[in-house]
Amino acid sequence: MPPIAQHVSESIRTHAKGGRPALVAYVTAGYPTKGSLLPQVRALARHAALIEVGVPFSDPMADGVTIQRSSQVALANGVSLDWVLAELETAKGHIGVPVALMSYLNPLISSFGTGPAGLKHLAGRCRGAGVSLLIVPDLPLEESAELRWALHGEGVGLVQLVSPVTPAERCAVLSRESDGFLYAVMVTGVTGSGSAPPSEGELQAYLGRLRAVSPVPVCAGFGIRTRGQVDALAGHAEGAIIGSAIIDAIEQGRDPAALLVELA
Amino acid sequence: MTTTNTSSISAGFAELSDPGAELGKLLSGAYPDARGRFGPFGGRFVPETLWGAVTRLEKVAKEALADPAFIDELTYQQRHWVGRPTPMMHAANLSARWGNGCQVWLKREDLAHTGAHKINNALGQALLAKRLGVQRIIAETGAGQHGVATAAACARLGFPCRVYMGAKDVERQQPNVQRMKWFGAEVVPVTSGDATLRSAIDEALRHWVGDPLGTHYLLGSAVGPHPFPWLVRTFQSVIGSESRVQMLEQAGRLPDAVFSCVGGGSNAIGMFHGFLGDAGVQIFGAEAGGQGVGAGLNAATMASGRPGVLHGCYSYLIQDGAGQVARTQSISAGLDYPGVGPEHSFLHAIGRVRYVPVLDADALSAVREVCLGEGVLPALEPSHAVAAARAWVQENPGKVVLINLCGRGDKDMPILMKNL
Repeated sequence: MPPIAQHVSESIRTHAKGGRPALVAYVTAGYPTKGSLLPQVRALARHAALIEVGVPFSDPMADGVTIQRSSQVALANGVSLDWVLAELETAKGHIGVPVALMSYLNPLISSFGTGPAGLKHLAGRCRGAGVSLLIVPDLPLEESAELRWALHGEGVGLVQLVSPVTPAERCAVLSRESDGFLYAVMVTGVTGSGSAPPSEGELQAYLGRLRAVSPVPVCAGFGIRTRGQVDALAGHAEGAIIGSAIIDAIEQGRDPAALLVELA
Repeated sequence: MTTTNTSSISAGFAELSDPGAELGKLLSGAYPDARGRFGPFGGRFVPETLWGAVTRLEKVAKEALADPAFIDELTYQQRHWVGRPTPMMHAANLSARWGNGCQVWLKREDLAHTGAHKINNALGQALLAKRLGVQRIIAETGAGQHGVATAAACARLGFPCRVYMGAKDVERQQPNVQRMKWFGAEVVPVTSGDATLRSAIDEALRHWVGDPLGTHYLLGSAVGPHPFPWLVRTFQSVIGSESRVQMLEQAGRLPDAVFSCVGGGSNAIGMFHGFLGDAGVQIFGAEAGGQGVGAGLNAATMASGRPGVLHGCYSYLIQDGAGQVARTQSISAGLDYPGVGPEHSFLHAIGRVRYVPVLDADALSAVREVCLGEGVLPALEPSHAVAAARAWVQENPGKVVLINLCGRGDKDMPILMKNL
């Protein structure tokens, strides 16, 4: 049996050309309006290897102000996990690149009933919606067995994150357990934070360590906003995840797809 | 790691079918287990960036608590700086007023330094922070009591301190905001989310993610990722162990029932641990019933919630059908929280503790009764426990009840002047 979500790894490797990282584009589902989700996904898919659709949560503890704000707007618009999956289901097969769902744990375990039956239902809904991967920022490996088991039963993967403070041995374990790609958090901080970005040398050493052990592509995320930052990842990461910068662009009325073109 | 069908997120209640055996596991120390669970409740649902910090904290805390030098230092500071043991007081006038043959005893945690039980945990964790070798301490606060306690402990032990406080709470607890500043703490008003305790914890966690190993997050309630619920309970258990001895000494017997208020549940878990093994002692947790039953009208987590994950642990949680955390309401900032400590969820699930909602109005009338009867101004939080006890003794004649008066009411003066 091939690894779960191998097509995501292939999409990232195919889009990473000449050493430059492939782009992974994040949007908060239903921001600024519910109607914007599918048009945004289709437009961003033309310039990205993977689309990450964020399910808004009331208490996003790993997110900075940009994604907090977009999440609050989306929630006020009535966005729920159930709605996001239903929307993606209507677009299944017409997006062109794989889709990952990013959600905090509580909506995942509460929307369809807590316990194994609820998680099995969740996994089936994800498969039905064409979701290849789940990214759950508040689910460390040690708490993830039940959800991973349910997702794998439906052929859906679970992504592991690593951070600059994760010890080397743990990085190796996390990369082996990660489906599709390994999410390398670039800053010790929340999403979009500009605080204390690592030096280029530190960053390259960190990514080098990850790539040496990871069987899946390494994608770097958190705080990537400029072409210079993407340039610096060339040869060091297979993917660059663009999140807060896309939300900022949408907030300012700019075209997020044009932003990807600038960064590519 | 092998992926098996072990229930890791939510075992449900099947495995809690033998409440006596489950309580035995808690009392023997088998809970929290290696994964920080009390039955299915608890765990460590944190971003990867915090994994090293929470596992380091558990290791250092266990070493410290097994080190006589640490215990000596803690005991010394508890005695000479905090003022422990706090008194146990027979409330003769309150007993007469309530009638029905009741005898009311009050554990006077309001007389602990800084005016509430919060200092027990703040002191303990600040001493741990020295062993962790961190450079600074951050904390959240609701009513401000934990913020004041943390600021005081940081002043005493020489740590820079920053306290995150919901903007709504900054407004309604001004005296405590000023006290924190006088102890040298920086108070950061939190305007995100609902601008109360819950958002303050969100924000403190975000800042901890920014410096997980150089900063200690001194969490004040019995919530959060393991080891916090266990650690907070350990430092608050002094309330229950003192109370048990004092009841035997002064009343010559154990109480029939024990009452504490429960927001996140730190004072309650500390008090309850003195009596969980005494089958003859009934135990009650008083939750914030707010304005009554209905969405957004209260913060009574056991009554209005169902299990979910917030702030790093699996526990009862007030949420909507889509897993979004719901807004809560209480006259008491310290109880205005949609979650509850995982050990409380466990005690609720096995039926050892009964959790009862108490309305704002009943808590307010309890403030008045304790003032008039005993010359003591209780905080709004423990006044919920007083009101729950008052209702219970009306139904149960001739009972001896113990109430944890976990804080004094000076901080509530602005609200009380408006509402009493």
